[in-house]
Amino acid sequence: MKKSVRKPVLAVGPFHPLQEEMEFFQLTVDGEIVTDIDVRISYNHRGIEKISESLQFDQVPFLVSRICGICSASHPLAYVQAVEEIAGVTIPDRARYVRTIIAEFERIHSHLLWAGLAGHFIGYDTVFMWAWKYREPVLDLLEEITGNRNNYGNVRVGGCREDIPDELIPKILVELDQIEKKTEMLTKAVLDDPVLHARLKGVGTLKRQDAISYAVTGPTARGSGVAIDVRADEPYAAYADLDWNVISQPEGDVFAKAVVRLLEVLEAVKIIRQALKKLPDGPVVIEVKEIPPGEGVGRAEAPRGETFHYVRSDGGNRPVRHKARAPSYVNVPSFKASCIGQHIADVTITLAAVDPCYSCTERLAVVDGNKVVFDYDALLKLSRRKTAELRKDAGVPELLKMEDL
Amino acid sequence: MNQQQLNNKLEKIKAKLLAIERPADNRIYLSCEAENSYAVNKFLFEDVPLRFVISTGIDSDDCFEILYHYAYDPTGCVVTVKAFIRDRENPAIESITPFLPAAEWIEREMHDLLGIDFKNHPNLKRLILADDWPEGVYPLRKEIKK
Amino acid sequence: MSWKIWSLKKSVWVFHVNTGACNNCDIEVVDLLTPRFDVERFGIKLVGSPRHADALLVTGGVTAQAAPRLREIYRQTPKPCVVFCIGACACDKGIFTTGYHMVGPVDKIIKEIDPDAIIAYVPGCPPKPEAMISGVVKALSTL
Repeated sequence: MKKSVRKPVLAVGPFHPLQEEMEFFQLTVDGEIVTDIDVRISYNHRGIEKISESLQFDQVPFLVSRICGICSASHPLAYVQAVEEIAGVTIPDRARYVRTIIAEFERIHSHLLWAGLAGHFIGYDTVFMWAWKYREPVLDLLEEITGNRNNYGNVRVGGCREDIPDELIPKILVELDQIEKKTEMLTKAVLDDPVLHARLKGVGTLKRQDAISYAVTGPTARGSGVAIDVRADEPYAAYADLDWNVISQPEGDVFAKAVVRLLEVLEAVKIIRQALKKLPDGPVVIEVKEIPPGEGVGRAEAPRGETFHYVRSDGGNRPVRHKARAPSYVNVPSFKASCIGQHIADVTITLAAVDPCYSCTERLAVVDGNKVVFDYDALLKLSRRKTAELRKDAGVPELLKMEDL
Repeated sequence: MNQQQLNNKLEKIKAKLLAIERPADNRIYLSCEAENSYAVNKFLFEDVPLRFVISTGIDSDDCFEILYHYAYDPTGCVVTVKAFIRDRENPAIESITPFLPAAEWIEREMHDLLGIDFKNHPNLKRLILADDWPEGVYPLRKEIKK
Repeated sequence: MSWKIWSLKKSVWVFHVNTGACNNCDIEVVDLLTPRFDVERFGIKLVGSPRHADALLVTGGVTAQAAPRLREIYRQTPKPCVVFCIGACACDKGIFTTGYHMVGPVDKIIKEIDPDAIIAYVPGCPPKPEAMISGVVKALSTL
């Protein structure tokens, strides 16, 4: 009699303190190798597009800034650009620069946040504490400029709500020096660490062809050799006026994506410095009285990738239709391609490499009936144990050599 | 391919379109009937080729519109297909997921929120609404107020 | 003062629950662990299971899909426990108040199964980590 082999299903999620969002990925495994994934998302569905239709054009930025806490600048930016396209409005030059500076600060703190979480997933808790410590000054600066550590509310149709006071600029430059120094240190430590090479190279690889079929964007794409970046492809804000590079790596594995993000932090510092130096005088907003009938598209490069907003107006004071697409909406499904064939110890870090802004999309949890074979804690332990074993093999006595906290 | 070459290439699918609009150099809108949507999308994704961005479903009173947004990154152009579904009673359109895996989720979402049937979709189950959300209630339809 | 409440005030183990939040409140909750705030020195510890928790830090305005899970987690948390509504959404659905998929806020869902639940509110969008610490300390000192 043929014995039927029941393929166990793994639950990843839904509630773990360091996996901030609720998420259910249904992983089917054969032994310890992932063979299939299904994803069900609805825990975070708040019905934002419908709410937009009941808000006035100028209220929507506050709504979309809360689609996701870490893409808080890019969603309103993409949205107002779509509306400005309908209205045919050109915003003041100073506004373009202020938008750029806030967006790049967001990129810095988001990528450092990611580095911390990734470190935690593989057992480098020093990196977690360190990266989140050096995020704090960035949040403080954003609070000084906009009034909030997150949810800046700084972008509006026609420009910006808050200006960057000139008196603040010297302080910003000092902080940028510090961020640059610390990130260079972290980048070097990552590039030099043999255990990280062994742990992350060849892991969770997203092949270039899959990157294209799944239409991924951001570091998920750039880490697989698809060098797309809205800031370069359809420059918005002040990006066309500044000198900077699109960072991309061909290998497609978790290591490549980590390198892309760290180098992007350094690039962001470069961009902010130039923007502050070239900051034009003048107002930061132009009044826009009416939005005529029409449709518009706005795009911004969020830390996770391309944020895309489509807005349709019928000449009234509310959007008739507003489509908000977060980058994670296309990046998270690609987890299917990068995770199948992986060992379960690598599942958490492979997912993390996509940097799912969990509330941008949603995450799912999986239960096979009521049976959980490995819960999230167990998967995390497997991941960290793998690192510990590699460290032992390499004869490396301690974690990354970095300054003490 | 520069923008002019892209514009020329898009002309190749003209027979399946109702209109080509270019409100700006980097914004192109191609409209078509729902029956031609599959062929137009396949042409854009595979032959041009363009990068799929997302799809927007709209309840437009006398019809449903399914917009498919694509990006051409070398020139920063966004090409949007507007497919019109005239049958409001049983709105349906051919799924593009079979050749475009990236469309799987958004088609499921439009199915949940607008009640559009995506024919031959490999996995058209509920994606975004809660397990106990009532069948037949499509929140993005105009008749649903809240 | 009961033994349980006394020990809860000495050292609080919290379990974080996201019921449909945008991540901002959640990131600030996790921020509490990091060097600048370092709540572990106050005896506040983030635990991995509601069964070990004295308090729930709940974010989000409760989506339709999350509501049954929130109820289940509350049931699993040993009593007495304090439910902290962290952020505008948890307190009163915040900016998502008209969303068709929102069934909260948090106190409504919790009170459906326990009308005598101990609930504390920390508003903000998101509340700063200092506000969260202050809220937790204030709430516990009134018990």
